[in-house]
Amino acid sequence: MSERANDQTNDASNRALSSTDRSYLDLETSDKTYLDSNELVINMGPQHPATHGVLRVILKLDGERVLGTECVIGYLHRGVEKIAENRTYTMFNPYVDRMDYCAAVSNGLGYCEAVEKLLNVEAPARAKYIRVILTELQRIASHQLWLGTHALDIGAMTPLFYTFRDREEILKIFEKYCGARLTTHAFRIGGCQYETYAGFEKDVKNFLAFFAPKIDEYEALLTTNRIWLERTRNVGVISAADAIALGVTGPVLRASGVQWDLRKAQPYAAYSEFDFEIPVGTNGDTYDRYLVRMEEMRQSMRIVEQAVNAIPEGPIMGKVPKVIKPPVGEIYHSIEAPKGELGYFIVSDGSTQPYRLRVRPPSFVNLQALDIMVRGLLVADVVAVIGTIDIVLGEVDR
Amino acid sequence: MPNFIMSYLGSKVTPGEAGNQFWALIYVLIIFAGVSVAVICMNWIERKALAHFQIRLGPMRVGPHGLLQPIADAVKLMLKEDIIPAEADQFVFWIAPLIGLLAAFTVYTVIPFGPSQAVSDMNIGILFMLGVSSLGVLGIVVSGWASNSHYPLIGALRSSAQMVSYEVAMGLAVVSAILMTSLNAKGTGTLSMIGIVQAQQQQGVWFIFKFFPLGFLAFVIFAIAMIAETNRAPFDMAEAESELTAGYHTEYSGLRWSLFMLAEYAAMIAVSSIAVTLWLGGWMRPFPNLLHAPAWDFIFSLFPGLTFLGLAAITFVGVARMPPQSFFKIQRIGLAVFAALLGFIALLLLVIAVAGRTADTSVAARFREGIDYVYWFVLKVAVFMYLFIWYRATWPRYRFDQLMKIGWKVMLPISLGVLIVTAIVGVIFS
Amino acid sequence: MNPAMNSAFNAGMAPVATPWFFYVLAGLAVASGVAVITRRNAVHAALALIVTLLSVAGLYLMLYAPFVAGVQIIVYAGGIMVLFLFVIMLVNIERSSKERRFNRIWPVGLAAACALMALFVSAFVKGKALFPDRGMPLPEASNTQQIATLLYGEAGRMGQYTFAFEIASLLLLVAILGAVIMTKKKI
Repeated sequence: MSERANDQTNDASNRALSSTDRSYLDLETSDKTYLDSNELVINMGPQHPATHGVLRVILKLDGERVLGTECVIGYLHRGVEKIAENRTYTMFNPYVDRMDYCAAVSNGLGYCEAVEKLLNVEAPARAKYIRVILTELQRIASHQLWLGTHALDIGAMTPLFYTFRDREEILKIFEKYCGARLTTHAFRIGGCQYETYAGFEKDVKNFLAFFAPKIDEYEALLTTNRIWLERTRNVGVISAADAIALGVTGPVLRASGVQWDLRKAQPYAAYSEFDFEIPVGTNGDTYDRYLVRMEEMRQSMRIVEQAVNAIPEGPIMGKVPKVIKPPVGEIYHSIEAPKGELGYFIVSDGSTQPYRLRVRPPSFVNLQALDIMVRGLLVADVVAVIGTIDIVLGEVDR
Repeated sequence: MPNFIMSYLGSKVTPGEAGNQFWALIYVLIIFAGVSVAVICMNWIERKALAHFQIRLGPMRVGPHGLLQPIADAVKLMLKEDIIPAEADQFVFWIAPLIGLLAAFTVYTVIPFGPSQAVSDMNIGILFMLGVSSLGVLGIVVSGWASNSHYPLIGALRSSAQMVSYEVAMGLAVVSAILMTSLNAKGTGTLSMIGIVQAQQQQGVWFIFKFFPLGFLAFVIFAIAMIAETNRAPFDMAEAESELTAGYHTEYSGLRWSLFMLAEYAAMIAVSSIAVTLWLGGWMRPFPNLLHAPAWDFIFSLFPGLTFLGLAAITFVGVARMPPQSFFKIQRIGLAVFAALLGFIALLLLVIAVAGRTADTSVAARFREGIDYVYWFVLKVAVFMYLFIWYRATWPRYRFDQLMKIGWKVMLPISLGVLIVTAIVGVIFS
Repeated sequence: MNPAMNSAFNAGMAPVATPWFFYVLAGLAVASGVAVITRRNAVHAALALIVTLLSVAGLYLMLYAPFVAGVQIIVYAGGIMVLFLFVIMLVNIERSSKERRFNRIWPVGLAAACALMALFVSAFVKGKALFPDRGMPLPEASNTQQIATLLYGEAGRMGQYTFAFEIASLLLLVAILGAVIMTKKKI
């Protein structure tokens, strides 16, 4: 492991203000040595209850304060992108679910839309509405999982059970729709394969009615809780400029004050037809990220309500050839996955298999912000910050 | 022989005070058994209550509704392989859980379950309790050291630093309660536990309500400090699973670990007993002055029997709700036997309450008195135990530096302030 | 077995098997004191010191001074010894356990110990002559009260130590401030 140099230990509160001073991003400068140095390098293992998967974080500490981190990833690398070069576009569709396995539906949406763009095919309106409904439900489910595990890391063990229990209702809808709860393979290139089952709208509306008071229940446990506030306020602050510089997207970016959501900025799949808001935070700390995600759940419910009341009739599959051979070219298409901007860059050489398929996972890019966020914090906060970035190692390592 | 028992039951002093070693030993054995049973019950209640808070059922298989789960856990822990780290200090490794256990159990010598139902009523009862609780810290420090591993050592030092910090606030809160015992005609207070409850009896008010809100503030400070003393949520950073530094009992497995858990639960019950004695009137029934008539005495003396009757009724409902499959037959029978046992105890208690309803010196009356005292004391302590579990289910945990900040910067000044104001108010009003 | 064996002398616990307890406690105190200075392992020595302090607390109890015994347990065994153990565990003392235990000038130490012992024995033997004023043994129940009156009572014969007590607490405050200042990296 390379020796990480010392940097200036900035206070969390100062960092948010020093948006133009990027010296601490440069990890090679070292001008601080002190005699009673108490430096220690410890390893948060790949096996650890709180690293949300097989993530290895090497922490450089000064006593109790974190000076810097180095993330070692790759423990879950399965060579998905290389596999894509040996599968046809249709065959590769189930693979994308396995990347962010907590939000499989949005992975599938991004991939299908990217290939559709490459083929210059558009999914019919009904398929778009179904896609939006399922994706927003998946966003709620993903945020619920995040909330449960994040609260558990900070010590509140009860919200985990509440969120998982309520998440079951969404997974039941998925199971009824496409037969799988977690790795759904819900969409196909060109639209959806399955028609909505009888009672789909009723189920979704029942879920909305069921879930509305549940968010309030989660908030009642955490939002004004003094201990929660003390653990999350001003912890893991990242300024807007730093976030943009690192390429961070998703709720992490929005909590820092940047109003950027691909559903509004570059609308896809019928999002332009719905009326919803983008929650934005102010401080860029863990508490703001928590509030942003809670509000996102509410806005997702709003979208689903509008969508489920207005699903148009029509075909669910567009005009897609039996053998998918996109013309030579390349495309980058990204969507707003629950964790951030999920992008697919596909290079086609005219054959049935992509020449190169590169996935831009939001967790991978967001994880870079970990280093900035934890500088100057205590070790116990590292766990909270890893949780608040909301990473899934399947996505980070692919 | 019956004369002997009767002559003892009629004594108004604790066996320690009377110098009666035989009865003191009997009391010690009863308390030892009682605390062990209480810890086992506490284990079951914790798992069930925590589960119900989290919309799940908890243990259901081992015995009906998991009632035999603690026993199964105890047996499992005893049968586990006893692993001692190779480089660990053998003697110290062996003795560390015993120190904590000793400290936790010695405290019970002075806990008053009634005006003469204590092992010994020392003049310095409360001081003794505080001292022996602080010996428990040694057990933790030594166990962290004996593991010969970096993380348990840090966890142990943190645990003990936390306990020592909150002992200060705890002690000051205790002092303001002791101060209130001196607000009588003679002007002298007492450190003896039985004397404190008797002072509350004399002054006609539980100390939690005295000079409201001063007594209440002191009680709240003690209630918070006692959670930190016993390393329970939300102050359980030192033994949390998701943190980097594992707890001080990492390297202990099997029986040794169960000794730590025993010590922790016993300490929880002990500090709750202190809180109950100092502020909640110990063994006194609610409203001793407001509802003073013999009829009210009789009604309140029915409570032990009615409580067990209620428990028996709930258990019978549980029997009725068991699934009808033959797989559950044994569980149903077991639960029915347990319900019958509870009902029998309820019946016995009700008979004693009715038979001893006059305040004379008959056998039944003495039994009734003793049972009442113990019942109200245990009920109040049980409320505190439930609160411990409730806190654990609801709240996240404090980071260690926030914990220490609260102990020193918030609790200490407030408890000092409460002490000073209590003293001033006490002087003014007497 | 008569449940009430009160003696006219004190209103508290009746003394039971006094010589036996004395020899046990005193022997324990001496034995663990020897263990403190002979153990190689510093933690063992600290634990032995705790045993010594607890035995001394027991001896205080036998002298009808329960308050002093309680304070000895709280302050000494529960506070100061915990601090000792902290320091022992945080500082690496591996090196010291490999040093020679008794160094070359041990005859001087032995002579000094013998002189001290002679002083104690002479004070014990000539006790009555040296301290003719026989102090009235106070009842056990009022030990706390007597100490409190001495410390906090009115100035005069009682309460003659109030000023000294307050000065001592001021001294402790200065010590605390000094410790905090020395350990903080920046003030």
